[in-house]
Amino acid sequence: MSSAAQSSSLEEQIDKWRSYVRRRQAIHSIDVAELEDHLREQIAGLGKAGLTTDEAFLVAVKRMGALDALSREFAREHSERLWKQLVVSASSDQISPEARTDGFIAFALAVAAALLVKLPVLFGIDVDHNEGFYIRNLSFFVLPLLTGYFVWKRRLATDAVRWLATVFVAAIMFANVYPFVAQGHTEALTALHLPIALWLLVGIAYAGGRWRQVAGRMDFIRFSGELFIYYVLIALGGLVFVAFLGMLFKAIEIDSAPFVKWIVPCGAAGAVLVASWLVEAKQSVIENMAPVLTRLFTPLFAALLFTFLGTMLWTGRGIDISREALIAFDLLLVVVLGLLLYSVSARDSQSPPGTFDVMQVVLVISALLADAAALWAIAARISEFGFSPNRVAALGENLILLVNLGWAAVLYSRFLRGRGSFASVERWLTNYLRVYFVWAVIVVIFFPPLFRYI
Amino acid sequence: MQINKDLIAASSTPLVLAILAEADNYGYAIIQRVRELSGGHLEWTDGMLYPVLHRLERLGHVKARWEVADSGRRRKYYRITSQGRKQLSEERRQWQAVDSALKDIWQALSLFNSAGQPASAALRSQGV
Repeated sequence: MSSAAQSSSLEEQIDKWRSYVRRRQAIHSIDVAELEDHLREQIAGLGKAGLTTDEAFLVAVKRMGALDALSREFAREHSERLWKQLVVSASSDQISPEARTDGFIAFALAVAAALLVKLPVLFGIDVDHNEGFYIRNLSFFVLPLLTGYFVWKRRLATDAVRWLATVFVAAIMFANVYPFVAQGHTEALTALHLPIALWLLVGIAYAGGRWRQVAGRMDFIRFSGELFIYYVLIALGGLVFVAFLGMLFKAIEIDSAPFVKWIVPCGAAGAVLVASWLVEAKQSVIENMAPVLTRLFTPLFAALLFTFLGTMLWTGRGIDISREALIAFDLLLVVVLGLLLYSVSARDSQSPPGTFDVMQVVLVISALLADAAALWAIAARISEFGFSPNRVAALGENLILLVNLGWAAVLYSRFLRGRGSFASVERWLTNYLRVYFVWAVIVVIFFPPLFRYI
Repeated sequence: MQINKDLIAASSTPLVLAILAEADNYGYAIIQRVRELSGGHLEWTDGMLYPVLHRLERLGHVKARWEVADSGRRRKYYRITSQGRKQLSEERRQWQAVDSALKDIWQALSLFNSAGQPASAALRSQGV
């Protein structure tokens, strides 16, 4: 073998060894560089002693020690490395310039969102006298900026940006031109459905060009779940912060209420962007939380619904439909859909059906049965209740959820019996997102005039 | 002769500090020096030296810096700090105490052995 060929094969071997060592979490790349220098010295030394390159490499690697033991030693010395750190640990020289710009943009947008919340006050629109304005426009303080963040991050084409901007402007119009009755039902419905519709716009920006693909939409579902969890965590932190703020200023007898009036809305708006940035930054670093939660709660909810149905059959009690029952069952279906979505999002579509999949189907079917019982009870008394906007909206949502979960249950059980692929479940669930968007748009655009803005 | 793991682990700190007290050095050369000093009896697993060096660095006994070696590769050199020197003399006192204790007992043993008594009896009669 010529010496050139020898050295190139040695480089290959060292490359392989390096990538192998790098996979160890406790050994950072800077340590790998140190170890590699050692390995090369050793190989050179052994080569001088008369070994061939291959022999020298083998002996040098052997002398370095078993990788498991070595990685354990490193872990003992650097135990913090086993805890994946998101923001703090990376010493400043390890942060790439892109990551720094990304963080900077995200925080700038968070500040912008915080200021935007207080912008209407400048024009004399304060919260105390314009509740309606604020609940209708809540999403516009944050979601356009969040969309902007992803437009920047995914480098969306100008056409797409123009389209997104047009939809946002149209949405602002619909939220503000209708002559809503103050504190009426249709205003509340708009306030509730506008964020749902706009969230899909955020999704289109988030997915970049991948919105048409199942994987792109699935990523957006994962993102939404993680964002929710991070937001809740940040909100809890914010709560503690505000509590201390109140306590401290009370101690010197200063009323902190005016501060709190600023901090809470500004913080709540800015936190959405900060949480989004965190989710983006961590996606490859830390395991997703939402699937972990679904793992915990799917069996619990399945057991709850199963017992509920059993008790209902056993005692022969019908569901006592009060005004809020329909909404409560809607929320139940939403929770079940969430459990289904997030366990699907984390499942490897290649793996064969398992116990957890059976549990999932049991959960969905028992939720559907419970909901069917509720719908039956409502149908009997719907004429008595009358068609208020709230009830029509709740009924529509119930049907949409029912179709979504029902067909998902069919596809899922086909998969369990080996007659269908898991991908068809994923495709159904992600495709169906559009239906929610369309429904939300219908509620925002057509319900207010239909029900005379009450 | 193979020296057991516990002894190797216990002696690693004073050995590394002492070698660095001679001159600034890097991992591979430190291991070579250990081999040379022990006549090949102290066989370290090469990789294990680095967690030891990192621990000493964390404790402030040594300081590390990256330099470009003649080969053009980056190499991490370690330098002993004044705190490391203090630690070294402390370790030295401790090892000397162990060493002199062992020396005494070896001497006692060889005396009794030459007198024809079994070693265990000799120890017992000494109250050890």
